[in-house]
This record gives sequence, C-alpha cells and structure tokens, in this order.
Amino acid sequence: MGFHDRDLGSFVTAVGDGIEHMDLAVEGVRCAGCMAKIEKGLSGVPGITRARLNFTNRRLAVEWRAGVVAPGEVVDKISELGYRAHPFDPGAAAGAEAAESRRLMKGMAVAGFAAMNIMLLSVSVWSGNVTDITPETRDLFHWISALIAIPAVAYAGQPFFSSAFHALRNRSVNMDVPITLGVLLAMGMSLVETFTGGRHAYFDAAVMLLFFLLVGRFLDMNMRRRTRAQAENLAALKGETAVKFLPDGTTRAVPVSAIDPGDRVLVAAGERLSVDGVIETGTTEIDQSLITGETAYAEAGPGDRVYAGTLNMSGALTVQVTAAAKGTLLDEVNTLLEAAQTARSSRLALADRAAQYYAPLVHTAAALTFAGWLVAGADWQTALMTAIAVLIITCPCALGLAVPAVQVVASGLLFRSGVLLNAGDAVERFAEADTVVFDKTGTLTSPEPAVVDPDAMPADMLARAARLSLSSRHPMAAALTAHAGGAAPIPGAGEEAGRGVQATLDGVELRLGSAAFCGVPSEKAAKAVTGNHSAVWYREGDSPAVPIAVAQGLRPDASDVVAALDRRGLRLMILSGDRAEAVDAAADTLGIDERRGGLTPAGKIAVLEDLKQQGRNVLMVGDGLNDAPALAAAHVSMSPVTAVHLSQAAADAVFLGDRLMPVVTAIDISRRARRAMDQNLWFAALYNLCAVPVAVLGFVTPLIAALAMSSSSVIVTLNALRVRLAARKLAAPAGEGN
Amino acid sequence: MDVLFILIPVALGLGLLGLGAFLWSMKSGQFEDLDGAAWRAIMDDDEPSEDQRRD
Repeated sequence: MGFHDRDLGSFVTAVGDGIEHMDLAVEGVRCAGCMAKIEKGLSGVPGITRARLNFTNRRLAVEWRAGVVAPGEVVDKISELGYRAHPFDPGAAAGAEAAESRRLMKGMAVAGFAAMNIMLLSVSVWSGNVTDITPETRDLFHWISALIAIPAVAYAGQPFFSSAFHALRNRSVNMDVPITLGVLLAMGMSLVETFTGGRHAYFDAAVMLLFFLLVGRFLDMNMRRRTRAQAENLAALKGETAVKFLPDGTTRAVPVSAIDPGDRVLVAAGERLSVDGVIETGTTEIDQSLITGETAYAEAGPGDRVYAGTLNMSGALTVQVTAAAKGTLLDEVNTLLEAAQTARSSRLALADRAAQYYAPLVHTAAALTFAGWLVAGADWQTALMTAIAVLIITCPCALGLAVPAVQVVASGLLFRSGVLLNAGDAVERFAEADTVVFDKTGTLTSPEPAVVDPDAMPADMLARAARLSLSSRHPMAAALTAHAGGAAPIPGAGEEAGRGVQATLDGVELRLGSAAFCGVPSEKAAKAVTGNHSAVWYREGDSPAVPIAVAQGLRPDASDVVAALDRRGLRLMILSGDRAEAVDAAADTLGIDERRGGLTPAGKIAVLEDLKQQGRNVLMVGDGLNDAPALAAAHVSMSPVTAVHLSQAAADAVFLGDRLMPVVTAIDISRRARRAMDQNLWFAALYNLCAVPVAVLGFVTPLIAALAMSSSSVIVTLNALRVRLAARKLAAPAGEGN
Repeated sequence: MDVLFILIPVALGLGLLGLGAFLWSMKSGQFEDLDGAAWRAIMDDDEPSEDQRRD
C-alpha cells in the first residue's frame, strides 16, 4: 500500500502552539526493541517533537511542528524502519470506555483505602471486645470508621447502585440488587449501632465487599478494552478510507466516517469498496464472494448497486454513495460491544440466572429469621439485627465474582490465542455448542486466492510470472506472489490498472493480466476457465499466452480442525451460498457429510431454526454478508477477521490469522471455563448453606462476616485462575495446529 | 490512650497520601501502557538522541 498518494490531513489534529498530533496503529511490533527503534528513529527526524509507542495496544502517538513535517513523511519514516503504520481516524477513537475504566479504577482505589483504614480500627475493636476496650474508645473507633465508610461507599458503590436501580425499574433482578441491599443494610445497621453505642459495626464488611467486587469489574472492563483496542487497530489496518470527489472536481482520500450519502467516490480497479452505492460511470467485474459466498465474478455497469466489502476487479468506477459511515467495522463493533455490555439477549447470562434463584431465597431466609426470633420471644430490635446479619453474610461476594472472574481469565486466554470476544457471555455459550455449522467461501477456504496447480507450467516460467506479479496491486496477483521465491520485482514493470502488468526481462516482453491484456480472444478465454476457478493470463514474447488457474483453496489446517471437532463429538455441517458442486468438492475433501449449497440467507436461517427445534446449540462460523443473519440467529457465532463488517459485528467472536484452529481453541477453553463457573457457583451455594444457619442463630459477629466474605472471594478467584493452568495443558495437544 | 489522637490522624493522613499519589499517577497516564513501562525500565537509552545532541 503506498501512502505517498494518500492525503492524511483528515487524520491529524492540531493540539495548539503550532503542534500537530496523529495516532497510528503500528503493525509488526513484537518486542520492546521495536519500541525503542521506532521512537528513536522518529525523534531523529527534525520537526518531530514527540513520538511515544504504547506497547500495550500497539499505538503510536506522534507530534510535530506544523509545516515542518508532513503526516505522510511520518508514515514513510516508519516503513523505512521496517514497520507498517496506519493512521487512526481521530473521530473514531473511543473515549467512553477509557473513562469508565478510569472511573472503576478510582472507585477501587477509594474502596481499597477505606477498607484498609477501617480494618485497622475494626481489628482493634474485635480484639478489644474480648479484652478490655472501654465503650468510649469503641465508640470513637466506630465514629471514625463511619466517617471513612460513608463517603467511600457513596463513591465506590455507584456502579452497583445504579445497575441495581435500573434492574428494579425494569422489574427484574440482577446480581447487583442483593449486593446493593447487603451493602446499604450493613451501613444502615452499623450507623444505628454507632449512634446507640453498640458493640458490632459492619463498616469493614461493606467496604471490603465493594473493593473485591470492583477489582473483579475492573479486570473484566480492562479485558474488554484490550479487545476493543485490537478491533480499532484492525479497522485502521483495513484502511477505512475512500477517494471522494470534492466540489471543485479534485479527489481526496478521506476516512469513511467523513463520507455522507450523496457523495461521489472513485474506486480504482483492485480496490475493495468501503461504501454502499450505485455505479455512475465505468463497467467492471465485481467479486462478491464476501457478500454472497458466490465465487464467480458478477458484471456491473452504470445503474447497478454495489456494496461495501465487494472487490472491484477490473475497471475504475465512480460510485454515488447511498450509505457510508454507519456500517463501518468500528461503528458496528462499537454498537455491538455497547449492546453486549448493557443489554442481555433473550438468553439470560449464567450469573443473572443464579441471581434469580438466589435473591428470593436469601430474602425469604431473612424474613423467616425475623419472624422466628419474634416468635421465640426476642424483642424486635434483636430480631431485626439478626435478620440483617443474615442478609449481610449472604451478600453475594463469592457469587458476584464467581462468573466474572472466570470470564476475565477465559477471555484473556482467548485473546492470546487470537480470538476476540464481542459478547460478554460468549464464553458460556461456546461451552454449550454441540453443532458447528461452517460457511464455505472465506471461512473454510482462505480469503486469499492461490494458484490451483503450480505444476501445470514450467517452474522457471511460473517464477518469472510471480516476479512480475510483485509489481501489481491487483488482488488476483496476490495468488502468484507466493511463488516468487523471494526474488526482487522486475525493474521498470508497469501496471495498467485493472488490466495487467508488463515488463521487459532480458529483451523479452512479459505480460500478466486479463485475457484481453495478453491478446487472447474472449471465446478462447472463456473455454480455459473450468469449475469455480478464475484465470490469470501470462505471455512471454510472441509465444502463445497461457492461463494460470487461480482459486481460493481450503485453509491450511481445515482438515485438522474438522478432525479435532469430530473427536470432541461435535456434529459438523456446511451451509454455503456457493454452487452445490463447489460445496461438494470442499465437503468431500474435508469429510463432512452434511452439506447444503446454493442457500439464500433466509435458507441458512431456516436450517438453523430446524437445528434449534431439534434441541441443538449451534456454533455458526461464517464471514459473508449472507451469513450475518445466521451469525446473529445462531446460539453462538464466530467470524474470521477478513469478514465483512456486518458479519463481524453480528458474530460473538472474531478470530485472527489465516488458520481455523481458533475455533477449536475457543471451544476447549470455553468448556474448561464453564466447568470452573459451575464449580464457583456450587461453592457459593455451599458457602451460604454453611453461613446462613450460623447467621440465623444469631452467632454472626463482624469478625466472622469479614472472614467468611474475604475467604470465599479469594477461593472463587483462585478457582478461576485454575482455568489458566488447565489451558496450558490444553494448549499442548491443541498445538497440532498452532 | 491519648497517643491515639496523634496516631489515628497520622495513619489516616498517610493513607490519604497514598490514595492521592495513586490518583495522581493515574491522572498522569502512568497506567496507560503497563506492558511498555515494564520494558522501558530496562532499556538502554544511554546514547543521546539527535535532538539532545543538537541542544
């Protein structure tokens, strides 16, 4: 990709004092040495005032004196250093999530500070209560604890209070309702004790509970931010720009977010469309495989509709835009991530299902305790105190951490093996999958084309064609470049956009490109193409041109993945929009019996509905626009990173790289994680089973509450960490594909 | 027990100092790049950069 011809003005923001700022996603940063190399290399450029690479999210912030350095020079300098950098659209960088994360971190700090100081006072009171503390000193300590705890709880508890409030307003119960109730009751009861000079105050328990839960939430949020940052980098890597016609007739490359419906954009041959629209001028062939799964090209001319994600194969087009920014990867991912955070889909997440059983049970127990003590002849204050103690000790510290802690560990492991989760509860659903449905084109097959039979022509001839292909930007040329064997491009090679490349080597003219470009009549060209292959033509001097068949082959580890899934007892199926013969060929190679070809998006959904009726939990893996509805309809879904935006947004997870193995890894890790979640929930239940009788009988003191709560939190967290150990063992046999 | 009237404020003050330091370090962006910070500490940057050499 050449950036010299790109106008990067829209990626630059002025930060004042004549300094300009640009953020870039950098590809190829593997170690800390790269960090030093890039930063030093850039600060060596006169005019650049600051260059800092964030090693966590692989982003580079560069600032320079306006006018001294052009943004293009920065990108060129980085590629000189051996890395590829892609500027960030400043309008797209998400700020809301960073603010939320900072908010949680502050809450955590405040709760941590308060918990430590109150604990200091509480330990004195506990030991004093069994020895010789004077009531005056105890009251003083309680008052100081109250003064620390009230503002700390008011500040740090907000995320829980507001979530519980929302749930109650929607007439539902989530885990935050019992948490809020427990904290508020503990605070209220302790305040009453403080005012009346009582012996027991639970300030420490309330604040510690908030601290533990905030740690869990913060880790969860951080994991999600990392995933999001990666998605944003990918969006930048994909170069979401379009060449827009300005009113004065000139053209300018702008980020897709700056394109409005009604604008006219120029799409060069070999470029992927970044907008939906109608062709105004130009005719071409369009590769729609990402949209429909169909591998044959479609003719398109003025008046035809074209869609973002399709590939313009042969001619330059002017396109009138009908839809733009809404529909880009980032927007969709953002919307989806937000949706995943706030909305619970029709399926209730595991933690909330637990809360639904838990909350009424605990509240009934508290009510019965109150009634029981009254009946037994206690005064109503004692009965109330005991009932509240029941609520405090059952406050779901362990339960609140049971699922999120495992989720954090599991999504971290998945992140490292190249699976980015979109939905928070995807881990649970991956574990439940018992049927895997694959799309063919772009999912089982590689998104990049490859030469079908490299042995069909002499090796040296193929090598020359491959060297020539290095000078082409056309997507079909990518199939040949792998055969160049590291040779340098032929000097003086020139590309005619959309037609082909030609060069002169040792006095012989070489041509690589379309049939017409190599002087092959169209009747003969049509006969040379068989099945679902496409042909690139190659001619040396005056000898007749030869076709090189090119097709999208199966992913390198597709059969391994099919075998691995089979071993895990999963039912496999292929649903494709491509022709039945093409589907059969792929299915036979992989040994998948259940296959359907020529399906419309609605047809795919019908099959999925059918499977659902049979009680199957389907994992759908697909990349095309025609898969998007199916991805959303399936129990759980995955998309490769090469998929169209809409599909990535509809899928629960996106996997990176050109291998399919992440599908198996996702299932393995999720199953292990699900087991740990169940163990944690059972442990939390067991804890309550032991703690409630003690509380009902009135034996709970603040010391017992503090011990019980913190030890149960620590135990569920340690159990979550065990998933990591187990995953290391899993990684060994799964390593066959890694 | 009069010593408590000194010790408790001292304890709280030290705690608040720690809290303040944490909030300040957060605000100044020290938690933005934890992976990078780990490496920066052991990186050799003895060679002055071009800019510094000119100054």
